[in-house]
Amino acid sequence: MNNQSCIEIGNEWGIVSARQAGRELSKNIGFGSVDQARITTAISELARNIYLYTEIGQIELTSVVKDNDGREGIKVVARDKGPGIENLRDVMVDGFTTSGGLGAGLPGVKRLMDEFDIESMPGEGTTITTVKWLR
Amino acid sequence: MRIPILKLGRYLLISVQVELDDQTALQFQEDLLNKIHQEGSLGVVIDLTSVDMIDSFIAKVIGDVVEMSNLMGAKVVLTGIQPAVAITLIDMGVSLQEVQTALDLEQGLERLQQELGG
Ligand SMILES: Nc1ncnc2c1ncn2[C@@H]1O[C@H](COP(=O)(O)OP(=O)(O)OP(=O)(O)O)[C@@H](O)[C@H]1O
Ligand SMILES: [Mg+2]
Repeated sequence: MNNQSCIEIGNEWGIVSARQAGRELSKNIGFGSVDQARITTAISELARNIYLYTEIGQIELTSVVKDNDGREGIKVVARDKGPGIENLRDVMVDGFTTSGGLGAGLPGVKRLMDEFDIESMPGEGTTITTVKWLR
Repeated sequence: MRIPILKLGRYLLISVQVELDDQTALQFQEDLLNKIHQEGSLGVVIDLTSVDMIDSFIAKVIGDVVEMSNLMGAKVVLTGIQPAVAITLIDMGVSLQEVQTALDLEQGLERLQQELGG
């Protein structure tokens, strides 16, 4: 089983590749259909943000094991060297958008996944790390 | 990739069978509106049975297409939304509230017929 992959997001086809890879890996790890949909949707949101707001970036998918109880999960990291995000609090509010979208992406990803961390430096880029654990 | 649009009397039927990338979704939006205009359609059923993921972008495209169709005088019913997709949409906080839905294509058509009085 291929338990790690990295997908370049340079154009909109990267979005499709990333979510296909995410669906496959989450299925292999043993996630049920609802969690597969949650994980795939989260990946799609993160990949689309890279496509929309930066020149290029990547989605890294890894199967991980929890330290304390050995539970399996999937880690999704979205990394880009784009403009960064000025105000992290704003972008986590439902409905906040600078592109005429629904502004549902980032707050949605946070709800879909179990762990969510965002690091961003204006002018340097953004790294968003999320994990979903098997129940 | 283009999503085929079938004509049934004054209705249009669409079954989305392909992975919905952005381009396909936007092309579909345009194709459907043109078809409604050409055919003077009164109702549209969009079947999503094969769609295994709807993110915020696709949700927006679907919401917009329903609103635009309504503006043109055609009622839209969405059918076959998978349980996993429905749950994910709620988690995302995306509501397709004003959108009519039904379980499958057949019930979608019945719904239209009731609403439009035959
Ligand atoms: N990787 C990124 N780099 C720079 N800015 C970003 C990045 N991701 C998100 N943003 C900013 O955060 C805002 C909120 O993102 P979010 O995904 O929540 O909503 P959206 O993309 O605007 O709309 P939606 O995702 O609902 O289509 C974006 O409008 C954009 O300004
Ligand atoms: Mg977004």
